[in-house]
Amino acid sequence: MRKLLLQGLLKAPLTEKGPDDAAVEALARELDAAARARLGRSLSIREVDAGSCNGCELEIHALGNAFYDLDRFGIRFVASPRHADVLLVTGPVAKNMAEALKRTYDATPSPKWVVAAGDCAINGGLFAGSYAVTDGAAAVIPVDLKIPGCPPTPVDLLTGLLALLRAGKA
Amino acid sequence: MVNLSDLFARNGSACRPWPRVSVNEAEWSALCAELAAGRLTLSALFGDSATVHMALLDEATGRLALASLPCPAGAFPSVARHHPPAARLERTIRDLFGLTPVGAPDDRPWLDHARWGVRAPLGAASPDAGAGAAYTVLPVEGEGVHQIPVGPVHAGIIEPGHFRFSAYGETVVRLEERLGYVHKGTEGLMAGRTPEEAARIAGRHSGDATVAYALAFCRAVEAARGVAIPERAHALRGLMAELERLANHLGDIGAICNDAAFALMLAHCGVLRERVLRASARAFGHRLMMDRVVPGGVAQDITAEAITGVKAMVAEVRRAFPALVRLYDETASLQDRTVGTGFTKPEYVRQFGAGGFVGRASGRPFDARRALPYPPYDRLPFEVPVRTDGDVNARVWVRIREVEESLGLIIRLLDTLPKGDILVPVPAGGGEGVALVESFRGDVFAFVALAADGRVRRAHLRDPSWFQWPLLETAIEGNIVADFPLCNKSFNCSYSGVDL
Repeated sequence: MRKLLLQGLLKAPLTEKGPDDAAVEALARELDAAARARLGRSLSIREVDAGSCNGCELEIHALGNAFYDLDRFGIRFVASPRHADVLLVTGPVAKNMAEALKRTYDATPSPKWVVAAGDCAINGGLFAGSYAVTDGAAAVIPVDLKIPGCPPTPVDLLTGLLALLRAGKA
Repeated sequence: MVNLSDLFARNGSACRPWPRVSVNEAEWSALCAELAAGRLTLSALFGDSATVHMALLDEATGRLALASLPCPAGAFPSVARHHPPAARLERTIRDLFGLTPVGAPDDRPWLDHARWGVRAPLGAASPDAGAGAAYTVLPVEGEGVHQIPVGPVHAGIIEPGHFRFSAYGETVVRLEERLGYVHKGTEGLMAGRTPEEAARIAGRHSGDATVAYALAFCRAVEAARGVAIPERAHALRGLMAELERLANHLGDIGAICNDAAFALMLAHCGVLRERVLRASARAFGHRLMMDRVVPGGVAQDITAEAITGVKAMVAEVRRAFPALVRLYDETASLQDRTVGTGFTKPEYVRQFGAGGFVGRASGRPFDARRALPYPPYDRLPFEVPVRTDGDVNARVWVRIREVEESLGLIIRLLDTLPKGDILVPVPAGGGEGVALVESFRGDVFAFVALAADGRVRRAHLRDPSWFQWPLLETAIEGNIVADFPLCNKSFNCSYSGVDL
């Protein structure tokens, strides 16, 4: 274990510059200002799977790995809606999950934002029109930002979350 | 008495490559007795318009057959009455098709939470108030026994489900799962689509196994239409399936250790998993390779540059992984949590026909790639690791060994990649096909019936988790509540895959 830990100290970090586009770099800087102005030092996200196939969750998990390292932006995932500023919703919102999603939203203190992550959460995606789904999160709770993709890549997600902060400041 | 050979002996089945035959109630019940006696394994049980189908596997001979029972009166003899693994499948048939299992031990709904606004949506649909209905959890009596309800919204980034723990102090005396929260009506959506459209939906039964699902569906379609796909397409499908297995196993190994409060493994495994996803994206244009397996072959060929990328990734995993395995094996605090935890009895694994790392960690060597070989695995050498200790540690080790096997398979597939086409047209027309393919989590069964116009009449995909979720309830018994995340992660059952 010592060897592995030592390697971690000596080798160059894997963490990438984040979305490499200059505009998003600007967004990242703005995130810092916006986050501190409105939310103190960080942005807390509660993720709710409202019927996804689990593809979106895999990529949301990836945000935490050494390459994307979400924490460095002051963005973190929290275990309870009561600690959250943002609800990150995935899935076409299964009718069986609609009430749980609404209750999670109600339990989140204001000010709060809702991000619909992935095509399903935006409009039902491939599941649109089924008897068992609501065709997107907006049918159940107000949505502030949409991040398209099936699933959105970690870079898509990161870019969207940074954009949310810019909008939140305005 | 009726057995599998009798079913094979009957002529006239339009189903390929394994037969589907009609049986009467007496024969249906006789087959249930065969299941109960352990001479056959239940592979699938699903509804259709006024019919129920049962897929039966003879593990000794590697043969599979479907028995179909017409139920004009809307009822069929319960399988679960004799064979418990059928219970949730039967409850699903009643919820979706309105067919009643007579004599069933459990008459509670399963997927239907009374929220859809419709009852029996795939059968004789009728309107429903859709306000939600109370659900009776099984009672637990005894002094000092308390209940802990968890979910459907959990603390982590995870799919939704409800778990009811009955605990005596810290010790779990019963766990009951209630799922169905992510029911999306997937099977209803597939009906009426072209095979190409339905393949995309098939690939979203469970996003982490999208390649395996698309593969199972496409193989069933190709069997139904009698289409032989090019050798290069077979090899590329195998390559994608192994990349998927590799990425998931690496993610799981890290996540299990993380649930034992050992975050260092998660960090290192997370890096390797990301390397696999990036190599997959370079090779096939999508990190999870969704919509790349299509009826007739694959949607995208691999470039020479991408092959170099995949090989470099394999070299890096081979360089980095042994140190992580040693770290896992030699860290006493980690072993203390995983060894002996979440023991799953070999007899349950056999009875339920549990596949994947859950089955193989408890002595059931079944692997669809080996038991009912399909291309490209029929020409590839590989080991199927099996252990008998059946605990969290054993499920980690099966994954570790499978990572090593997958690395070898990936290189072998790349070094022997046939030249030629990657896609052939699938001519429109009717027919029925069946497939069984191995996902990272176990065997995925597929049945597809195509109408004369070539559209999907009925498609059913059975997730391996149907036969693993119930075993998780047994594995946690006698463990402490705090070890549930560890047990749960070592099973890593799919929610979306069984909620449909």
